[in-house]
Amino acid sequence: MDAIILQILNGLEKGGAYALIALGLTLIFGTLGVVNFAHGALFMLGAFCAVVMRALLTMEVATGEVESTAWGTEIAVTTPYVTNLFGDFGNTMIDWAVPLSILLTVPVMLFVGWAMERGLIRHFYKRPHAEQILVTFGLAIVLAELVKAVFGANPIPVPEPAALGGMMDFGALFGSEPDKITYPMWRFVYFLFSATIIIIVFMFLKFTTFGMVVRAGMEDRETVGLLGIDIGKKFTFMFAVSAAIAGLAGAMYTPIISPNYNIGMEFLVLSFVVVVVGGMGSLGGAVAAGFMLGLLQSFAAMNEVKEILPGIDQIIIYLVAIIVLLVRPRGLMGRKGVMET
Amino acid sequence: MKILTNPSAGVDTTMMLVFVVAVLTMPFWLTLIGAGYPDLMQKFVIFGLFATGFNILFGLTGYLSFGHAAFLGIGSYTAVWSFKLLGMNPIPAAIFAVAVSGVFALVIGFISLRRSGIYFSILTLAFAQMCYALAYSVLTPITNGETGLRVIGDDPRILDGIITSGVNPSTPTVNLFGLDLTQTWVWNGYYFNAGFYFCAIILIIGSYIAMRIFRSPFGLMLKAVKTNQNRLNYTGVNTKPYTLAAFVISGMYAGLAGALLCITDPLAGAERMQWTASGEVVLMVILGGMGTLMGPMLGAGIIKFAEQKFSTWGKTELHEFFAFIPDGIRDTVVSVASLFVGSGWHLTLGLVFMLIVIYLPGGIVEGGRRILMWASGSNRRNRKLQAAAQAAE
Amino acid sequence: MAILEVRNVNKRFGGLQALNDVNLSVEQGSVHAIIGPNGAGKSTLLNCFVGRLTPDTGSVMFNGKSLLGIMPHEINQAGVSRVFQTPEIFTDLSILDNVMIPTFAHRDGAFKVNWWPRVDREAGTQDHAMSVLEEIGLADKKDVIASSLSRGDKRRLEMAMCLAQDPKLLLLDEPTAGMSRADTNATIELLQRIGKSRGITKIIIEHDMHVVFSLADKIAVLAQGTVIAEDLPENIKTDPRVKEAYLGEEAEA
Repeated sequence: MDAIILQILNGLEKGGAYALIALGLTLIFGTLGVVNFAHGALFMLGAFCAVVMRALLTMEVATGEVESTAWGTEIAVTTPYVTNLFGDFGNTMIDWAVPLSILLTVPVMLFVGWAMERGLIRHFYKRPHAEQILVTFGLAIVLAELVKAVFGANPIPVPEPAALGGMMDFGALFGSEPDKITYPMWRFVYFLFSATIIIIVFMFLKFTTFGMVVRAGMEDRETVGLLGIDIGKKFTFMFAVSAAIAGLAGAMYTPIISPNYNIGMEFLVLSFVVVVVGGMGSLGGAVAAGFMLGLLQSFAAMNEVKEILPGIDQIIIYLVAIIVLLVRPRGLMGRKGVMET
Repeated sequence: MKILTNPSAGVDTTMMLVFVVAVLTMPFWLTLIGAGYPDLMQKFVIFGLFATGFNILFGLTGYLSFGHAAFLGIGSYTAVWSFKLLGMNPIPAAIFAVAVSGVFALVIGFISLRRSGIYFSILTLAFAQMCYALAYSVLTPITNGETGLRVIGDDPRILDGIITSGVNPSTPTVNLFGLDLTQTWVWNGYYFNAGFYFCAIILIIGSYIAMRIFRSPFGLMLKAVKTNQNRLNYTGVNTKPYTLAAFVISGMYAGLAGALLCITDPLAGAERMQWTASGEVVLMVILGGMGTLMGPMLGAGIIKFAEQKFSTWGKTELHEFFAFIPDGIRDTVVSVASLFVGSGWHLTLGLVFMLIVIYLPGGIVEGGRRILMWASGSNRRNRKLQAAAQAAE
Repeated sequence: MAILEVRNVNKRFGGLQALNDVNLSVEQGSVHAIIGPNGAGKSTLLNCFVGRLTPDTGSVMFNGKSLLGIMPHEINQAGVSRVFQTPEIFTDLSILDNVMIPTFAHRDGAFKVNWWPRVDREAGTQDHAMSVLEEIGLADKKDVIASSLSRGDKRRLEMAMCLAQDPKLLLLDEPTAGMSRADTNATIELLQRIGKSRGITKIIIEHDMHVVFSLADKIAVLAQGTVIAEDLPENIKTDPRVKEAYLGEEAEA
């Protein structure tokens, strides 16, 4: 029982990341009809926004004091400039670098998405899917390599805020024995965060005029074009928003997996599977499939399951994807007739 | 109006002869451009073979597989097992690799080809990732997991184990009926490697078969699949077995290439199956020119050559290269350029690839054709003809 | 003798009864036209003949063999060829290759890995394809890439592709749609010529009455999914039910 609760928590956290990336992917596919192989790279860029944020906050200045080491050499004492400026509050800022990085991630990723759509994707709307896949695949390589050139190839650890670190005692929360079911607090925070973002996106699409146009566009792109709405600008914005969602998913994930330039590729394959299982162009499907596959993966990783089916945790997601594509090609919640063949 | 004439048998024979001579004399002319090392030349021909096979699927039918590295890996594992169990002769290894990868391609292709377009791409990608995960951890008894599978001294090797065990028990090398394929003869600074020539002959056979397929009724049907599958169905053709046949053939080429990779170094590792490796063969075919006979080989050669050159360059080489630039500016130029070489050469690759997809989807072969047309002036004449035809309509 | 027998075919799409108890009998060697107002079910019916749709009930017999539940390529191999409303050709290939493909399909069947011989050394099929191109008047353009043809030529190429298979039954879905008067007349002339030299049975779906009355031996009129009349052209002209069906449509419009 305890193990199951733990795996549910694990699944929710993983599923949250999958769902966020898949949400952006499917938004782009549903509105623009573009298969974006560079979406994982956007996740990776977001993660590096957190890295940059922390680096900015921890930049150090000399205090003017001098300290001597045990060997007698004198070195200048340095402190982070935010500590200099704000004192203890500055230290708190450094501690909260990851959540604070949202402030950096959103504008940066909106800009990246805008530039990508304007500069590249726009010219591929009318070209075959294979070429869209290829050019975004090329872009994914370029973005990953640029990050590698700047930040190096090694993973860069980014800690979570101390207050949200450590373990959370779930058992005590539900009134059972304390210290029985403990779970890293940040992972749970990540789940809450992704759920919040998903709700915001759905509210936005449901209750704003812009959202309505986007949803109508996902239903029937040509008709919306005929309504005289300037789809071009909306597409650009939509792409930027999807990039920002992927970026946020990446930035907040940094305490869980230290990012390196390659992290995007790993997540991309998985989130494609999620989109396909959920149904291309279906927002609800992307979210549902994200959490479902996250949970499945966690359960498959349980020792009890692995004893019966060794290695199942490594391949479960692909197996599910293959079965879904064959049995129900439009995905769990995809609409009939959309990209079925 | 655009004219499209297929090359005649004579043109093809000439092209094939030129190709054979070019491949067999590679140790000479590649040394001139600084690429005449046995290892690198072997890579040229092996990846040329891989790309040629991939082109039969992607270039002719238009089905974009993102999982062909799986077959490369399967070929390698099979070859190493053949070395371990049967002996160090590459011929049974190659035959088994082709057969086993063909079986895998049949199963994976049968399922993946129930879908087309991006779904096909994603299905093949999922299968390849699954194979990778299986090879990397789950099937460790067969694949030896992370460390990779290699030939060791006390393997049974029932065909030649007894003969060679006394001679060189720890590191047996691949040999073709006694001819050590790792052997290299040096003459006047040119390297002639037995393994290279073995691979080169297989490449020549492979490209000859590819040429026959391209010009045959079977190949014509595959081209028709790419152009209009609907019409083909209503023309009495069952497209499924055609695409499956193309998939299996290209999978067999990949498996054969995988087996050849084990000739110099009888080692098979899971990283050979990663999806970036599948992406690489797509790059080769696109760069050279999809659907053309020689393009994929050209693409494979250029990518492997550039990998070798760019990835070994550092600041010192760049300073020499940019020696003509005045000192003050040179440092800046070098530091910018250094982003694109050494470990950053993938950046160059990605950029070149994007540029090709954006501006020249037909690849280098198409580019060459355009230049030829332009040079011979037929481009201008063609335009005039087109204008006249439009006026006439 | 009837080459195509359609018995009690019904097809529903949700609440819409697209085909309602359709009966049709097409004589060997004749030209049978199916006319009717928009949405009468003409294309639905045609799609039932080629395996794109399966009727809910009823039977479609071709030469004594049922066409239901078998794949489009099997229907084609049985001798039924189809010309689409918008020409479906292999746009990336040359005209000659476009005609070679159906020729090979006719000779080799639905699937054959015929990878050794060269297409340009297959003298028999080459000659056959060229003779069809000559008949249809595209021989001088044999090396032209199909995408650069005019619309009328694309249609003619599609007909050549069908003829290359020596079909027993040729289905034509609005063969003159979107054509100029001159092109239409050329197509009529072509269809008449093909009819005479080969004796292929043809089913034509058409809006243009000029085309219908120039070609058809027999006309079936579909309205709201039902055959309301099936008769000789001169009788159809004067049939009050037909007038009503067409006038009714005009009155509604």
